[in-house]
Amino acid sequence: MRVTPEIPRHLLISVAVLLIAAVLMSSYAWHMRKLVTTTQDTANDTRPLAPPVAGPTERVVLFIAHDEDGSLRPQSAAIPMPSARQERAQELLRALLAIYLDKNSPHVLGSGAEVRSVFLVDPGVAVIDLNSAFADTHRSGVLVEELTVASLIHTISANIPGIVKVKIVVDGKERDTLAGHSDLSSFYDVTAVNQLAAELQSGQ
Amino acid sequence: MPWTSRSIGTLAFELGILILLSSILSGAPQEKHLSVYSVAANYSLMLVQREGHDYVGLLELLEPLGKVSARAEGSRWRLHYNRVEGEFQVGKTRARVQGHEIELPAKFLEENNRGYVPVSALASMLPRFLGGPVTVHEDSGRLFIGSVATHFTASLAAGTSAKLVFNFTGPVNPNISNEPGSVRLAFTRDPVVAPASPSLTFGSKVIPSATYTESNGTATIAVRTTVPVIASFSNDGRTITIAPSSATTVAQKAPATAAPATPAPSSAPSAPVATQAPPPSASTPVYRHYFAVVDASHGGADYGETLSNTLYEKDITVALARSLRQELESRGITTLVLRDSDANLTLDQRAVFANADHAAIYIALHATSDGPGVRVYTALLPFGEDDRGPFRNWSTAQHASLSLSQTAAAAVAIELQKRQIPVRTLAAALRPLNNLTGAGIAVEVAPEGNNLAQLTAPDYQQLVTSAVATAIAAARSQLGAAP
Repeated sequence: MRVTPEIPRHLLISVAVLLIAAVLMSSYAWHMRKLVTTTQDTANDTRPLAPPVAGPTERVVLFIAHDEDGSLRPQSAAIPMPSARQERAQELLRALLAIYLDKNSPHVLGSGAEVRSVFLVDPGVAVIDLNSAFADTHRSGVLVEELTVASLIHTISANIPGIVKVKIVVDGKERDTLAGHSDLSSFYDVTAVNQLAAELQSGQ
Repeated sequence: MPWTSRSIGTLAFELGILILLSSILSGAPQEKHLSVYSVAANYSLMLVQREGHDYVGLLELLEPLGKVSARAEGSRWRLHYNRVEGEFQVGKTRARVQGHEIELPAKFLEENNRGYVPVSALASMLPRFLGGPVTVHEDSGRLFIGSVATHFTASLAAGTSAKLVFNFTGPVNPNISNEPGSVRLAFTRDPVVAPASPSLTFGSKVIPSATYTESNGTATIAVRTTVPVIASFSNDGRTITIAPSSATTVAQKAPATAAPATPAPSSAPSAPVATQAPPPSASTPVYRHYFAVVDASHGGADYGETLSNTLYEKDITVALARSLRQELESRGITTLVLRDSDANLTLDQRAVFANADHAAIYIALHATSDGPGVRVYTALLPFGEDDRGPFRNWSTAQHASLSLSQTAAAAVAIELQKRQIPVRTLAAALRPLNNLTGAGIAVEVAPEGNNLAQLTAPDYQQLVTSAVATAIAAARSQLGAAP
């Protein structure tokens, strides 16, 4: 006759309690790990935070570069627009950059790329000041750089009339090229850029 | 003025500065080059000096000759040339090519993922890769692959003791400069080799002798003369005649046949020729104009786009430039390649070279991973000020020739379309296009699809460059006088 050894009741209860505790602890640890990852992602995100803008929401047209076919396409957007021209120009480019820095961007810019400010100097001169991350992390190539420049200039000139020439500087200083190709040493002729933008809208 | 101790002291100080400056300048190291001559291409490479040896980049050396790729695996560096495999160990002198052990005279080096071998190893190593004989003039930096040497004879013309005739076994294109008492013929791209004796005497009072020398990738024939002379070309560049200037009218009537005045830019990333105004009594170059100026963009520390870990835009543009030169010259278009080595030129220098040459067309070459196909650019002129009298505004110098540039770009696009290559023509703010006084275009080559390796494929490069060359040849009459 075979005798089955009986496990003491108190031992069974202890094991069950320990198992439940282990499951709860794992669940808590998993939750904490997710929380830390999210916090780190937020800390590492160097994208600029748009300052709060006073003004009614307006519908504007942004000209978005698309790398897949090398085109520049108009895209309607509703953004809060201040009344002053200079602030309007800055908001336009900030809205443009928000699209380029999005994870589904059709024309990826490097992390941390920012338009520091836009200066409008009468008569008809605009100066776009980019930060160094914008230029340093920009991809190199004639077309890819040209799309960026045309997108910035054409977006401003299409929404703010009266601009005839545009200068692009980086960190407030002159720079020879954006990323080895597109010339930044001279003033861009807005009429010529608008004509180029029209050609770029057709894509490859 | 009385000599005081102060004025003597000042003079001594100035003299000291002068001596110091001259000793620094004379001691400045000269860039060394290796000129390579082969059936496929003649080109020049920059040498680097390490631990007392001259080194050359192996990938750059073999690239114009065939299909080549290299891969670094830790301390090992593998190179494939056509179907031959070579394996090198960084810091070691032992190498293996196609299964054969080779002992290098100095250790193999790797810098920036580029493999360097000592020049003294080329004579034994290259035949393994190339499957044929090579001749290395190590002291003078000249490498001959196969039987490509151009020999020459020099003799006084029959019936006169004042005319020296050089006959070469192939066409030559030396830089010619007149100096007081001599005329120098410098062969950088021609595989000219020494005659039986390096010193030649002719028994003429006007042209008593000539001397052949080689150094730093260049062969030079210095002809001693007692009167001012001029050089003229004939026999499709196979004959050069040196004669007193009053007796020679050929070169004056046909300047296109005279020698180039532009110093070989491929080996001279220094100040452009236009800024070097020689004194009237010094060297007086004989001018020659190239029809096309081909510019391999970027170079040196300017890598252009980083296409992969080991592939840079600057390397592709040089390969494209060499291919385009070959295609243009095979169509009878005289071509100057602005950058034929890893040197870098500033954008201003590139524009000055093209403008000084009055080239009918300037073609800048770019390469990119963003496809598909080829894009042909003309200048997007910046907002510039007007020209002042005879002086053109530098930033908008292209204005007068823009329509001609657009004609050339359209012709190139049509030829590329005929070859089923996706093509697009655009304007671009891409210097130095806006600084050119003549027609100028930029050609950006991308793979047809996503295969980046296509950029390095010689057949794809040739497909593109032959289309560009055909278009330029077809538009020759529109672009300017025939070369």
